[in-house]
Amino acid sequence: MISCAEAVRELWNYLDGVVDESECAAVEEHLTVCRRCCGELEFAEELRAFLARNADEELTPAVHARLHATLTDLEGA
Amino acid sequence: MTVDAVRTEETDPADAARRRFRELVEPELPRLYRLARRLVGEDAEDAVQDCLLNAYRKLGQLEHDAAAPGWLTRILINCCRDRHRRRASRPQELTVDDLEQFSLYRKLVDEDPFPYSDSLHLDFLHRFGREDVQSVLATLPEHYRVPLLLVYVDGFLAKEVAHMTNAPLGTVLARLHRGRILFERRLWDYAKANDMLRDPVA
Repeated sequence: MISCAEAVRELWNYLDGVVDESECAAVEEHLTVCRRCCGELEFAEELRAFLARNADEELTPAVHARLHATLTDLEGA
Repeated sequence: MTVDAVRTEETDPADAARRRFRELVEPELPRLYRLARRLVGEDAEDAVQDCLLNAYRKLGQLEHDAAAPGWLTRILINCCRDRHRRRASRPQELTVDDLEQFSLYRKLVDEDPFPYSDSLHLDFLHRFGREDVQSVLATLPEHYRVPLLLVYVDGFLAKEVAHMTNAPLGTVLARLHRGRILFERRLWDYAKANDMLRDPVA
């Protein structure tokens, strides 16, 4: 059985699907018995959603219009 | 005359290329602008403009249309780097020892800033407004910020990010790992520095 430290190190990779089969099985085995690491996993998921949500940026109509004007200029070039 | 007009509208290859360019770029504009904002702040619009001009000149290099989002992103990252070249310093890799031990999840359990909360971790995140998160992101060195945004916000694969940033895959994976830990630690530091760790109930 892998330790909490090892499981935590792999959690985001596990969420990203970039761990191989044996690492994946090791993380899942650990999660079945360790409540704290389940909490870590849930929090890692929350944190990813939190990052995606807050990194967003509205493209204002003025900026949008200017970028479109550039595209139109290029088309006429 | 009539024949020429028809030719220009329907079969002129330059015309077709321009139309293709617009069709590829238009849907990507909001995403490119968002990324540029996180990379060069107020210079974002100029960086996207640079990106459009460069991309238009290099359109012949785009092999197939499905690759357009990654191709445009690669060009944008280079434009952002050019704009900030004077400010940029050599990427300093933080050592694993500096970071490896930090887990925001465990830090919150250990410090228990909101003793009356039964959803401590979510309450912590809810203290942050969008501007707070963006301030925290802005403190991350660019070589950590870029992979985090491309993977967790834009949904690219690590190997695509490797190509976009001209870095080996192993380097990108290591930077993602350290970038995540650094992001967690900076969230904690920011909350502490901005007095966000007080329990409103207490």
